[in-house]
Amino acid sequence: MPKITFISHEGEKRQVEAENGISVMENAVKNNIPGIDADCGGACACATCHVYVDEAWREKVGKRAEMEEDMLDFAFDVRENSRLSCQIEVRDELDGLIVRTPEKQF
Amino acid sequence: MSEPPKNNSNGAGAADVIRTDAVIIGAGPVGLFAVFELGLLDVRAHLIDILDKPGGQCAELYPEKPIYDIPGIPVISGQALTDRLMKQIAPFGAEFHYGEIVTALENIRDGLWRVETSEGKIFEAPVVVIAAGGGSFQPKKPPIPRIEDYEGTSVFYAVRKMEAFRGRHVLVCGGGDSALDWTLSLAPVAASLSLMHRRDSFRAAPASVGKMRALVKAGAIKFYQGQPVALHGGGGLLESVEAKGSDGNFRVACDILLPFFGLTMKLGPVADWGINLRENLIPVDTEKFETDRAGLFAIGDINTYPGKLKLILSGFHEAALMAQRAFRYVHPDKKLVFQYTTSSSSLQKKLGVSLKGTRGEGI
Repeated sequence: MPKITFISHEGEKRQVEAENGISVMENAVKNNIPGIDADCGGACACATCHVYVDEAWREKVGKRAEMEEDMLDFAFDVRENSRLSCQIEVRDELDGLIVRTPEKQF
Repeated sequence: MSEPPKNNSNGAGAADVIRTDAVIIGAGPVGLFAVFELGLLDVRAHLIDILDKPGGQCAELYPEKPIYDIPGIPVISGQALTDRLMKQIAPFGAEFHYGEIVTALENIRDGLWRVETSEGKIFEAPVVVIAAGGGSFQPKKPPIPRIEDYEGTSVFYAVRKMEAFRGRHVLVCGGGDSALDWTLSLAPVAASLSLMHRRDSFRAAPASVGKMRALVKAGAIKFYQGQPVALHGGGGLLESVEAKGSDGNFRVACDILLPFFGLTMKLGPVADWGINLRENLIPVDTEKFETDRAGLFAIGDINTYPGKLKLILSGFHEAALMAQRAFRYVHPDKKLVFQYTTSSSSLQKKLGVSLKGTRGEGI
């Protein structure tokens, strides 16, 4: 099972054994990762599962889809490496993925 | 249905009281279906919702997203479910009060509740049904430090009167329809108008975006690409907004900031009504979905009980059982006979269908 590391705004690291085929957000919620609210439950409708993808992983994780780009308008402090974690599907190639959670989901 | 206001001794200037059988707080799918279940039992209802349309989360959060767990409907969008519920409850003539938030809920005497809204409306009914889902949709407040110091003086999340911004230097933030619509409407009124958005493409209707770009080109308004990060000013009076752009931070001089970052669900005033809450949910029994106070019910996502599942279908079930009890408060002298819509001609009469002809059609 791929491992994913979540780093909080304060720098706290949490590594989880992630399940393939579901999203990074769902894996975070299953493992009670703080800093990911996921108000809408994964419908790409709320932008409260905003994460910053570690630079080394940006290419493998891939680019935002158009709807995700629209939803990111509702996030705070959007950066080049911002993604909605409900839109990143976990697969073997993402073993070792590092994402950071923002100061606030807004 | 409201009776004509009675000429009671409220005194001059007192608001007319709307008297009805049941007040439903929240016009999401569960609140809408409650109209149906209550209607079958001759309990008339008024609905109050903060949104300007029915459907709650289904309409606001995921109108186009598919729902797969409505019994008998393999797949339906949030908006389509809302539309069908509106059609289903149409025969009962419930009255809707949109864009209003319930500010006070009070048990004024045994068997009578009083509900007040932000628009100053007052309702009195023996039954109140809280179907408020996750609370109320409220504008998202950008987490900019000290923004609350400026709220109501320089920062506004909604425009009530355009005249309030005449001659002011206005900065609108956002890229959706609200941001673009207000940009276009306020441009001729404000002393100066700037629009700020994090990127150079917009979710708003293409026609509005086109008009906005034309105004920018003509020099009538300014567009800045960036995200607000800090407010500068003092004593609640804004002087400039600091923003993060691709080449670092910059400032836009303005004395009014209008952030339009969509809506978020907050428990909101439910917490102020003086009712029992458990972890921001309303405890109810599972026989009647009534709270610990007679005549006050809670159904759908807002309630809690052992085994509770936040599913639309659970809310529908709760509405049906709630209605049985509500009937007894509204019609204490009548006998409740359980009937099926498929076979009862009296229920079919209420629904406006008859055994002959229209049977099996529509609903």
